[in-house]
Amino acid sequence: MAAGGVRFGIGKPASLLQDCEWENAARQAAEGVKAGTCSILDVVETLGSPLKNEDPQVRAQGIQVLSEVLLQCYSLLQEQEVTHLVLFYENRLKDNHLVIPSVLQGLNALSKCVVLAAGLAVSVLKAIFQEVHVQSLLQLNRHTVYSIITNFMSNREAELKSLGADFTLGFIQVMDGEKDPRNLLIAFQIVRDIIVKGYALGPFAEELFEVTSCYFPIDFTPPSNDPHGIQREDLIFSLRAVLTSTTVFAEFLLPLLIEKIDSDVQSAKLDSLQTLTAVCKIYGHKELKEFLPSLWSSLRTEVFQTASEKIEAECLSALRALSACLSRLVLGSEDEDLLESFLRGVLQDCRHHLCEPDMKLVWPSAKLLQAAAGASLRAYYQITSSVLPLLLEQYAKHEQSSQHRTVLEVLLGFLELRQMWGPEEEDKSPLLSCKDSLCSIVFSALTEPNIQLQLVGIQVLTFLGSLQELLDLANVEKLADHFAQFILLEKDSQISLAAMDAAGTLAPIYPEVFSKCLVRRLSEALESELLEDGSSSHQKHLRALAAVSTHPSIVRETVPILLQHLQQIQKGKVPANNHSVVSVCHSLQQVALQCQQNAQTYWYFHQAVVPCLLGLAVQAALQENSHTTPGKVLLTEEALSSMVLVISAACMHLSPELAAQSVSKVIPLFLDGELSFLPGNNYSSPFQPFQDGPCPVAAQRKLVALLMAFVCSLPRTVAIPQQDRLLHELLALSYSCDCLFTATAAAKCFAGLINKYPEGPHLDQLLEIAIKMLEQGLNEGPYQHQALTLLLWVSKALLLRYHPLITQLTDKLLKLLGDTVLGPAAGDGFALLMADSTDVLGKSCHAEVRLMFRQRFFTDCVPQLVQCFHMAIPDVKPNYLKGLSHILNHLPKPVLVTELPTLLPLLLESLSCPDHIVQLSTLRCLQPLLLDAPHVMHLHIDTLVGKFLNLTDNPAMAIRIAALQCLHTLASLPTPVVIPFKPRVIRALAKPLDDKKRLVRKEAVLARGEWFLLGTPGR
Amino acid sequence: MVGPPGGGGGLENANPLVYPRPGERPTTAREQDEGLPDAIDGREVFDLIRGIHDPEHPLTLEELNVVEQVRVQVSDAENAVSVEFTPTIPHCSMATLIGLSIKVKLIRSLPERFKVDVHITPGTHASEHAVNKQLADKERVAAALENMHLLQVVNQCLSGRS
Repeated sequence: MAAGGVRFGIGKPASLLQDCEWENAARQAAEGVKAGTCSILDVVETLGSPLKNEDPQVRAQGIQVLSEVLLQCYSLLQEQEVTHLVLFYENRLKDNHLVIPSVLQGLNALSKCVVLAAGLAVSVLKAIFQEVHVQSLLQLNRHTVYSIITNFMSNREAELKSLGADFTLGFIQVMDGEKDPRNLLIAFQIVRDIIVKGYALGPFAEELFEVTSCYFPIDFTPPSNDPHGIQREDLIFSLRAVLTSTTVFAEFLLPLLIEKIDSDVQSAKLDSLQTLTAVCKIYGHKELKEFLPSLWSSLRTEVFQTASEKIEAECLSALRALSACLSRLVLGSEDEDLLESFLRGVLQDCRHHLCEPDMKLVWPSAKLLQAAAGASLRAYYQITSSVLPLLLEQYAKHEQSSQHRTVLEVLLGFLELRQMWGPEEEDKSPLLSCKDSLCSIVFSALTEPNIQLQLVGIQVLTFLGSLQELLDLANVEKLADHFAQFILLEKDSQISLAAMDAAGTLAPIYPEVFSKCLVRRLSEALESELLEDGSSSHQKHLRALAAVSTHPSIVRETVPILLQHLQQIQKGKVPANNHSVVSVCHSLQQVALQCQQNAQTYWYFHQAVVPCLLGLAVQAALQENSHTTPGKVLLTEEALSSMVLVISAACMHLSPELAAQSVSKVIPLFLDGELSFLPGNNYSSPFQPFQDGPCPVAAQRKLVALLMAFVCSLPRTVAIPQQDRLLHELLALSYSCDCLFTATAAAKCFAGLINKYPEGPHLDQLLEIAIKMLEQGLNEGPYQHQALTLLLWVSKALLLRYHPLITQLTDKLLKLLGDTVLGPAAGDGFALLMADSTDVLGKSCHAEVRLMFRQRFFTDCVPQLVQCFHMAIPDVKPNYLKGLSHILNHLPKPVLVTELPTLLPLLLESLSCPDHIVQLSTLRCLQPLLLDAPHVMHLHIDTLVGKFLNLTDNPAMAIRIAALQCLHTLASLPTPVVIPFKPRVIRALAKPLDDKKRLVRKEAVLARGEWFLLGTPGR
Repeated sequence: MVGPPGGGGGLENANPLVYPRPGERPTTAREQDEGLPDAIDGREVFDLIRGIHDPEHPLTLEELNVVEQVRVQVSDAENAVSVEFTPTIPHCSMATLIGLSIKVKLIRSLPERFKVDVHITPGTHASEHAVNKQLADKERVAAALENMHLLQVVNQCLSGRS
């Protein structure tokens, strides 16, 4: 049937067919061949008359049809058929130029045939090279030629190579003068293959270079409506791949690169430098030798002169590549060592700049030297052995601190390069020979009263210390002494912080020295401060203790000191305040972070800290009723919260086995008052945090926060003894406790455990009870707020693990938004639901957090929320807007942009809502979106401008600022959209220019300046 | 490292001395307090103009020391601002343009109640008097901004980091 179609379609009188007609015919014929109802021979025969027609246009069309058919079914052809067709097509190449495009398409199809007989590829190519003037064809047809060549190269490689250099020459002629970027990409690929696959270049290497390098550097800007998506970088990279593929091009390429580096065009410089860097990977002695002096001089001039950091960086990496390349060379017996002589030149040109008194070119020279030295250890040795003594000498010559600083910074740059290579025989290291003078100048630098200089000095010392066995013990002690001085006595926080960091870095290498020189002195200092008030130096010392705890043996010294400090506070030996407890806890937390990698130290930390903190807190809670209660300070919410962080940090990295061991002691403590594992034995009364009772129990209940920190930080696999009993107790506490702190802690603890609780009927049962209690609590009574907190935390726990019950809880929350009493708090609660939880429900506490919970909540909840909003009475509308703005603020931008058209009207309404929190969070939500959905903004631009301008005299400063930032952003919308508002905005913004707050004026200036530029030249 | 810009041809002062920038003004607790008013002071006005770009360098007026905080006088109570600027070289032909940029920036950024006076630091430019006169003449300033080419250059100086 299909073959019949062929006859019908093209057997007709030889007249021109419409496009659609012959396309149709070709398609039908191809289907026929594929189905086996006719052979390619039938098609050719049917086409007989158009193929032989005298009118070249008709002939072209005939061949076109045949080519189309071939393109679709070349894989089905027999060898015999292919041979005949190839001969036919080859012959047609001599035909009228109108026919050529169709002929080339046919050849393209045939070139993909696997069954192509030997020798045909060569003859096709020869014919093309001979008969076709490729560059006079249209782009598409030139592309076809390149495709033919590519096809042959990929499946007839051996045959083509037999052509020898003729193939290369033929191709050079084909691509000579090519201008279209699409064709260039494929042509460059062919050239690269010619080189990489080892086709003979013969005498045509230079021609091949010429025909490609004439495009260098690429200067191409894709048209804005370009459908092909070819970027400038694509061309640059493919041309660079050609130029850097062979050493044969070296003698032509290097002069070209030098010329372009010296040119005035920035992009040409960049491209040349990057190409030079790339080419250094393959070049060797022979290629580089002759050009080294001029390459160096170009690079040097550029670094000395350029204002562009990018070019400077590229120059330096080219220099490094060059030096690395020279370092790799394998030398023959007669070759001179090029690296040695090259570096000698570099040194000669740069050394004297390091010595100039005005120091103007010190930095560029230093950077050049460092780049050259950074290439290899050999280069490093050669450069530093010359430069280090020179710099030391310079340091001595200069007198001002600022000059000392520059010299020392340069020195540090050279020293730090050493880290690029592993430790080696240091015999040759120039550092050894000048170590002593280096130490003496650094120690003298530390005594100069210049903070910047001291900072650099600390860095240099840290580096020297970190090199194994470079410093002798006396120097290490001196160094630690200096650090101790800085930490104990220095007023400037920058310096003391830097010294602490440095001590932390070096302590693992010299634990004994730091323990002797620093830890002991810190502990003495803390001791002597005991009687003073918690001064700032006190905090600094606590901080330093934590910073230096980077070695197991030091941790075992510092942790007891810190804990002892807490004990003294509890016993009332120190005039304590919240602040000192918080600082100690903060230090403990940092120690925990630092030792989490080392399982043994971490376990030590856990065993030392957790019982101690629990013991102190329990003791304080039990003493609560007696009147002498110095330990009370431990029970403030602030102090407990900081202890929570420590306990949590001490638990979250425990292995499940050790965690199980520990949890079996802590749970009985809270449930049964089992005090035996706590240190000390003077517990006056039983500890019963979950028992109903009056005032003294309230203090004990607060410690549920510590229980929460412990039990919610454990890995998910740890079984918690008596978990169900615990959950019931927590639940009861959470909605029936007067103290909001305690209730919240209990609710969080409950939520944290629920989040990890295994799926199943057990969990559903628990939740059912919880929900029943929630309903009761929310309806009436004095504990409504506690119930809301519990609801929020349980919702969050379920939301994170995608539990189906979340919908029920969400409904409750939405209903609560309409409540006049609880509504505002419920609205705020949405922030808690959407934000990343940092504590119990965070990833670090091993909570189950599913990836898309926010999006899920958004899609489930927002349509309902919007609906409720529209039906709500005006008094509670702000609650809905508050909830909405919290949800939106936490959503990823792409989700927002798609939903914006429906949400924008609501957001605009939020801007007029009198609630400041709503206004502010709406502004912050809108600002990043203004530019992402211009078409939506376009529709509402009038309202947006009006509302933003209104908000610029809002009483709240933060809102004025946010509104001005939005106005600033609006100016970046397409000019035609915003220009009608220019006069109005500029006039209106004159007022905030005189705002009483400086931060507001700053934003007003920025926004107004941008609107002034709108639509003017030079923007 | 900042050296002279590439090329160098045609610039009057191809290799100017470059001064380091002091950091951004730190935000104080007082500034964050809603209730307390902050007066417009010298540093604030200096912050307005220090980011203006030099017409011929990719550098700011501050980096070239053309403007300095000590040469900015502000009296919030008397609604007066006076700015002295120092051209990099005494024959700098860009002086008027720089002055114009400063003036335009201040007019756009200060409340209308202020009287803005921009002039050259005495004794630092060959035709100091003439430039000062032009900058003080309201009508000439307005006329200059009608000129599209001049407006373009001024806008280029004002856009970017400000």
